[in-house]
Amino acid sequence: MEKFTTLTGIAAPMPLVNIDTDMIIPKQFLKTIKRTGLGVNLFDEMRYDREGNEIADFVLNQPQYRKAQILVAGDNFGCGSSREHAPWALLDYGIRCVISTSFADIFYNNCFKNGILPIVLPSEEVDKLMDDAERGANAVITVDLENQTISGPDGGSIGFEVDPFRKHCLLNGLDDIGLTLEKAASIDAFEAQAAASRPWL
Amino acid sequence: MSPKTLYDKIWDAHVAHAAEDGTCLLYIDRHLVHEVTSPQAFEGLRMAGRKVRAPEKTIAVPDHNVPTTAGRDDPAQMPEDSRIQVAALDQNARDFGIHYYPVTDIRQGIVHIVGPEQGWTLPGMTVVCGDSHTATHGAFGALAHGIGTSEVEHVLATQTLIQKKSRNMKVEITGKLRPGVTAKDITLSVIGATGTAGGTGYVIEYCGEAIRDLSMEGRMTVCNMAIEGGARAGLIAPDEKTFAYVQGRPHAPKGAQWEAALAWWKTLYSDDDAHWDKVVTLKGEDIAPVVTWGTSPEDVLPITGSVPAPEDFTGGKVEAARRSLDYMGLTPGQKLSDVAIDTVFIGSCTNGRIEDLRAAAEVVKGKKIAVKRAMVVPGSGLVRAQAEEEGLADIFRDAGFEWRLAGCSMCLAMNPDQLAPGERCASTSNRNFEGRQGYKGRTHLMSPAMAAAAAVTGHLTDVRELI
Repeated sequence: MEKFTTLTGIAAPMPLVNIDTDMIIPKQFLKTIKRTGLGVNLFDEMRYDREGNEIADFVLNQPQYRKAQILVAGDNFGCGSSREHAPWALLDYGIRCVISTSFADIFYNNCFKNGILPIVLPSEEVDKLMDDAERGANAVITVDLENQTISGPDGGSIGFEVDPFRKHCLLNGLDDIGLTLEKAASIDAFEAQAAASRPWL
Repeated sequence: MSPKTLYDKIWDAHVAHAAEDGTCLLYIDRHLVHEVTSPQAFEGLRMAGRKVRAPEKTIAVPDHNVPTTAGRDDPAQMPEDSRIQVAALDQNARDFGIHYYPVTDIRQGIVHIVGPEQGWTLPGMTVVCGDSHTATHGAFGALAHGIGTSEVEHVLATQTLIQKKSRNMKVEITGKLRPGVTAKDITLSVIGATGTAGGTGYVIEYCGEAIRDLSMEGRMTVCNMAIEGGARAGLIAPDEKTFAYVQGRPHAPKGAQWEAALAWWKTLYSDDDAHWDKVVTLKGEDIAPVVTWGTSPEDVLPITGSVPAPEDFTGGKVEAARRSLDYMGLTPGQKLSDVAIDTVFIGSCTNGRIEDLRAAAEVVKGKKIAVKRAMVVPGSGLVRAQAEEEGLADIFRDAGFEWRLAGCSMCLAMNPDQLAPGERCASTSNRNFEGRQGYKGRTHLMSPAMAAAAAVTGHLTDVRELI
């Protein structure tokens, strides 16, 4: 997993609430057996018409947002399925950070497994960042994970919360499985105790 | 000892390691696997030279991609990308030695129907699957939730998940349901009341007389859609109905082990004075047969209602409702029962079990469909066989329904079962998102009885007028 330390990039505004995983990556693209290559189909049905032509007013088709690395989104971003193809598609497109008032639980977890930082902020702060993002290419935002701050184009700074363990893993690009296997003795011990107390399992 | 909720009890029984900050390794008793969210996980294991830690606790079945038409055991029936994904699951099941039900096996079906049917799902377990509707298994008092592919790989390699505990939410449905009102109406009405983010950060326990009165199959329908309410999992405390359902299933414990299991399962309930972080109460008698009008499962109204206007909402929902109405081709003020239906889909992990088919058949019996097409997709090969034995298949076929083989089918339309642009579907599935059942397809969610009523009248219909 690629480390996430500091990210300075263009923020694209997506004020729609309840952006679901079918919008982020429609099911016809879930047939891949790879993790890469999904960026071209990110938001596919909002981004292209039936013939595959770009829909001009979709945010990521607008010239100033084509290189966006941050999304500022409406409430409950990522609701729906468990498909990790959603963060894979975001990452493959180049999005490393999503900011919203709330995220669906599974999507939120999936982001951290892929080096994407989802940030939850109160609605007034999301509104402010949404206003900043709507200023187009001038909307360069810096997200500093170490210091847990977001600085906007006007120099103001907003703090955010993140779970310390998840922060540690993102900052260092750590592989969860490797970390867990260091605790193999605990898993062995649990298994032995469960086999004794719940032998039917 | 301090009082505990059911969730607290199951959680505490599965913590293999707890760090000081509350991050835990939660031990996983059952891991269900399907073809769409697992190939990258197995590839990850191979690349790292890792094995599946507990293949005997891991069960795989292809369901999302598989065709539901006759002759599907011929792989040439599948588009190449689907065929590759199913072939990858075949290979991975073989290479890693996990339990497997291929499409040629009568036990094949939707993973969340196969698990309970085969007795893999038991009270008090932790159950995960790379699929958000894993919440279904909570009906047994099992802590069950969906995970992403990285977590699938993590469970395959370690039989644990890195987790922090969620908060406790109680959803109580008091009293009795009125005739024509089903488990689907309960679960949709709860989402209508709390919103699709209402359960975010929580594990829900459903309780109350109306929940206790439900069959196991109805309870599975309720828990299935906990995820649409934003919750990590939904739970129902196991009781005599649960034990009766589980007993005798192929992988349920037997003999002395059954007795030992039963003794523990009977301790799995929330203590009277347990702490709840959030409580929602609905009166069973207030719940009506409902349908969705929009593109979020929270867009729920009684069938007797009318299409709302964007101005009826506040905040970001105003624009979302405007977009939904445009997408759905509906006009504010239009009576829901006037909405004409093109297609009916009965099936899915929400409503693809035998009781669902019985409820639909009861409405359909002796009538003909008044829609362009209608299909029944049983949740498993065994459900299909039982429905044929009970004569339900004949009722559906005589009415003009297509009688399909088991799979996820038009619930998410990854196989050829899809809506065309503008096609309007009365569906017993779980999501009405834009494009969910096909590009520009329009989905109205409802119970099997309500979907059957729409099938025979050609429009959204209050099933109470037909029974």
